[in-house]
Amino acid sequence: MQRAKYKTGLVFFPAFDWAISPAHPEREERLLYTQDQVFEEGLLDIEGIEEFKPDLVPIKDVQRVHFCVPDVWSVMTESHFISAGGAKTIGMAVMDGRVQRGFALVRPPGHHAMRVVQGARGFCNINIEAIMVEYLRQAYGVDRVAIVDTDCHHGDGTQDIYWHDPDTLFISMHQDGRTLYPGTGFSNELGGPNALGTTVNIPLPPHTSEEGFLYVTQHVVKPILEEFKPQLVINSAGQDNHFSDPITNMNFSAQGYAQLTSILQPDIAVLEGGYAIEGALPYVNVGIILAMAGLDYSQVREPNYDPVKIRQTRETSRRIEQIGELTLQNWAQREQRSARSRERRGLDRRTRNIFYDTDNLLESQKEIISICPDCAGALQIDSTADRGRHALCVHIPRKACQACREIGYQWFETAQREAYDAVILQDRTADTYHQRQHGA
Amino acid sequence: MIIGLDVGGTHTDVVLLGDEGVVAEIKVPTDAADLFQTVLTGLEAITAGIDPALISRAVLSTTLTTNAIIQDKLPPVGMIVASGPGVDPEFFRIGEHYHALSGAIDHRGREIDPLDGAEIKKIAKRFKKKGIRHVGVVCKFSVRNPHHELQIGEILSPYVDKVFMGHQCSGNLNFPRRIATSYLNASVYPIHKKFFEAVKRSLEKKGLAIPIHILKADGGTMSFEASIDFPAQTILSGPAASVMGAIAFAPVEEESIVLDIGGTTTDMAVLINRVPVLEPLGIHLGGYKTLLRSLKTLSIGVGGDSHVRLEGGRLQIGPERLGPAMAHGGPVPTPTDALIVLGLLQRGDPAKAAKGFEALAGPLGMSVAAAAQHVFDETCRKILDAVGEMLAQINSQPVYTVHELYEGRAIQPEIMLVIGGPAPVFAKRLEALSSYRVGVVPRWKVANAIGAALARTTCEVTLFADTEQGIVAAPEENYRERAGRDFSQEDALETAFMLLRQKALRAGSNVDDLATEVVENLRFNMVRGFYTSGRNIRIKVQVKPGLINEYDTVAGILATED
Ligand SMILES: [Zn+2]
Ligand SMILES: [Zn+2]
Repeated sequence: MQRAKYKTGLVFFPAFDWAISPAHPEREERLLYTQDQVFEEGLLDIEGIEEFKPDLVPIKDVQRVHFCVPDVWSVMTESHFISAGGAKTIGMAVMDGRVQRGFALVRPPGHHAMRVVQGARGFCNINIEAIMVEYLRQAYGVDRVAIVDTDCHHGDGTQDIYWHDPDTLFISMHQDGRTLYPGTGFSNELGGPNALGTTVNIPLPPHTSEEGFLYVTQHVVKPILEEFKPQLVINSAGQDNHFSDPITNMNFSAQGYAQLTSILQPDIAVLEGGYAIEGALPYVNVGIILAMAGLDYSQVREPNYDPVKIRQTRETSRRIEQIGELTLQNWAQREQRSARSRERRGLDRRTRNIFYDTDNLLESQKEIISICPDCAGALQIDSTADRGRHALCVHIPRKACQACREIGYQWFETAQREAYDAVILQDRTADTYHQRQHGA
Repeated sequence: MIIGLDVGGTHTDVVLLGDEGVVAEIKVPTDAADLFQTVLTGLEAITAGIDPALISRAVLSTTLTTNAIIQDKLPPVGMIVASGPGVDPEFFRIGEHYHALSGAIDHRGREIDPLDGAEIKKIAKRFKKKGIRHVGVVCKFSVRNPHHELQIGEILSPYVDKVFMGHQCSGNLNFPRRIATSYLNASVYPIHKKFFEAVKRSLEKKGLAIPIHILKADGGTMSFEASIDFPAQTILSGPAASVMGAIAFAPVEEESIVLDIGGTTTDMAVLINRVPVLEPLGIHLGGYKTLLRSLKTLSIGVGGDSHVRLEGGRLQIGPERLGPAMAHGGPVPTPTDALIVLGLLQRGDPAKAAKGFEALAGPLGMSVAAAAQHVFDETCRKILDAVGEMLAQINSQPVYTVHELYEGRAIQPEIMLVIGGPAPVFAKRLEALSSYRVGVVPRWKVANAIGAALARTTCEVTLFADTEQGIVAAPEENYRERAGRDFSQEDALETAFMLLRQKALRAGSNVDDLATEVVENLRFNMVRGFYTSGRNIRIKVQVKPGLINEYDTVAGILATED
C-alpha cells in the first residue's frame, strides 16, 4: 500500500454544471476526464491524501481583495464562490495542520482577475489565490507569501493585486507576452514604487519544453524563493503549457509538471488554466497530486508523449538562460532600487487601459499611490468602464502606517460622490469595506 | 413463508415469517469452527413440523467469507493486471501470484497499447504449473472498455478453472479497488461455493428443497446461483441484517439513525425515508478497500460487555471485551453490570455486579449506584458522540456540481432506533441525554434475522454513452451497442433501467419488488475545436435497499404486537 510522504489535502470541484458558454474552453466538460483519471488511479484512497468538501467564500472574503463594481453579485456566479472557497478550504487545512500541503483542483480560475473587477477577463472574475492568501493573513496572521504562477499566460491579475505589496513575492513564468494573451509580463515589470523587485516576470519563448521550464524553476525561481523566505509558497498551477494545449504554444509535459512541483515544493497549489482536457489534464493532474504527496510519478505520461519531438531548440535554451540571468540580476538589485524609489516620497501616478476580453469591456484606470518608506502605501484607483460604471476605489494596505491610513480616509471622505457610481474604501488595517452609492 | 437466518459471533438467530407475522424464532449457539453445522441446525430447528412446500425461500447472512478474510485464511489465487501510464501497478501488488502486464486503455475506453498474447500465455502456464485455479484479471479503465480483460480471460481459460474479471464486479472507476475486489472474489469463491452447495445438498436430503438467497453488505439479497460469480458481496452482511430489521419501524418521510448495541461493539447506520445510506464506493475490510456495495455503517468498540476501568483516574469503556458481565461470571465490570446495579436490568447475579462497581466507586469518589449511573451515562455519551461523527462524515461528502453544493441539504435525523443490548433501557437514557426521539425496534432480539428475511434483492447498473465514438455501454452487464448522434439522455436512462430490471430478475428479484431510482445522471457536450462533436452521458441506476412488499403486513403485525 502506498502512503503519502507529505500529508496532502485535495479539494476537487469540477463544477460539472457551470460554463462560460457551451463551446467555451471553460465549460462543464473541462475536468471530466481529469476526474475519471484521478478516480481510476485511486488517488483519493491513498493513505495520507484527503479530500475536502469546499466551503463557499462569504462576500467579506472577496471584498478583502477586490473592488467589485457595481457589487459582488454582479461580477460573480455561484461557481466563483465555490472555487474561491475551495482554495480557502485547502489553505485552512494547511494552516490548521490537518495536512502538510494541499491542491485546490477547482474551476473557474482566477489569476487574470485584478483588484478592480468590472467583469470577466481571461475566463476569470475573481482572484481565488488572492482571496485565499488575504484570508489566511487575516485569520492566521501569515505575513510573507510567495505566489509562483506557472500558467502559460501571464498572471496579470495576481500581479496587479500585489503590485504594491513588498510582503508578497509574485513570480510568473509564462509564454512571452508578445506572442500570447494578455500581452504583459515582461522582465521590466518589477512592481510599484513601494514594492520594487517583489514582482518577478520570466517570459519564456514559444516552444519551451521540459528542459527550459525545469531550468528556470531550479536555477531562477528556487534561489529567489530561498532568499525571500516566504512563510507560504503558493503555486498558481495552470496547465496550459502542455504541448497539446489548443490555445498556447509551449511544449511542456505531465512528467515535467510533476517534476516542477517536486522542485518548487509548494505548500498550496491552485489550478488555473489548461484546456487540453483529454490529452493533458488527466495526466498532468495525476502527476501534480503524486508530486505534492511525495509519491512516485515515474510512470505518469500522456499517451502521445514523445520527448524528442517536443524538445526545445538550442536557440530557445540560450534565450531562456539569458532571461534567467536578467531575472536574477533584477532580483539582486531589488533592495537598492526599492530603497531609492521609496526615498522620493509624495504620490506616484499611472494610467492604463484594461481590456476584459471575456466580457468585451474596456476599463480605464487612473491610479495614485502614496510613496512610503514605512508601508505599502495608500492606493487610489479611479475606474471607468466603457459599458460599466465609474468608481473610486481606495485601498489602505494591511500594515499601513498612520500617515498612509489618513491619506486613504481623506481620499474616501472628500471624494465627490456625484461624480461616481460608487465610492469604496477597503481598509485592510481594520478589515472593513465601505461603499457609498451615488448620492448616498 | 420466509426463513431469515443471521449468524452472529455468539449465537445465530433464525426466524420464520408468515402472513401472520413471526411464526417461530429461535437462537442456536454459533460454532465458529463449524458454521455449516450451525446453519444447518438453525434451519432444521426452525422448520421442524412445517410443511416445506409452504416455505418460499431462506435468506442467509453468514460470517463465512468475512471470517476467511479477517483471519487471512484465503487460498492462493492468481492476479493479472494491466495498468498503462499512471501510478506504478507494483503498489497494488496483492498475493504472491501477481503479474503486471503491458497493454493500456485510456479514460474514454480507447486502446493505447495492445496486449502481448505471448506474455499472458506464459503466465497462464505458470499458474497451471503452480496449481493456481482461480484468477483475477483487472485492467485500468476496463469499466469503459473490457476488451483487454476479456482477451486475457480467453487466453487463460484453458489453464485455470475460473476467471474473475474486474469489469464485472462494479461499474465504478477505481483501479486499485477493482484489483482488491477481484482478488477477494477469486479468493473466497471456493469457500463460498463449497459451503452453500453443502447446505443446499443437506437440505434437499431432508426434503427441504427451498431456494437459498444470501444477504449482501448493501442490505439486499441475491440468489445463491447469482452469488457464485460475486461471492465477495456476501462479506459484512451482519450489520446490514440488523439495519434492515429496523427499517420497517423507521418513519417513512424522515431521517433516522439505527443503533445496534451488541456485546462488544455498537454499530450504527443512517436511514433516509427508510432507505439506508450507502458507502460511496464500497467496503473497507481487513486492510482491503473494495468496490463492494455496502451500507454506510460505523462500528465503535463500546457494547454491553465492554471492559470498564479507570486509567490514570479517567474512566475508560472498551474497546476490548474481556468476557461476559460480572453478573454472568465475567472477570471485569461492564456497562451491563451497571444496569444490573441500577436495577434497570434483572438478570445474572446482582451481588457480583455490585462487587465490580465497589472497586470503581472508591477511586471515583462516588457511591456504587452513582458510579454505575456514571458508567451508563458515559456509555451512552460515547455512542452519541460516534453518531455525531458519522453524520459529520456523511455531510462532508464532496459533491461535484454547483447545484448539489447549494441545494444539498445536510442530514439531521431526529429519530433513533435501538436494537440489541437491553434496547429499552438504553433507548430511555439516550433520549434523556440527547435531543433525539429514541425508539426501540420491536422484536429487537431477532431483528437481524427478520431483516435478512424481508430484504429485497438489490443491484446497480452503470451505463455510459459516448456519441462521438458512437457507443453506449454497460460493460459490467456485458452490454455494448452503437449509439447514433441523436442518442439522448432519455435513451440512456431507458436503456439503463432495462438492464437493471434484467439484472435484478436474474439475481432472484420478484417483479413486484423493483424499487428503482436514478443515482447519477450527467450529460456533457463534448466540444472539439469550437464545435460540439458529441455527448458524453453517465448514468447510474439502482434497485435501492429496502423490504419486500410482503413486509407491509408482517411489519404491521410486528409493530403492534410488542
Ligand atoms: Zn492560462
Ligand atoms: Zn505609509
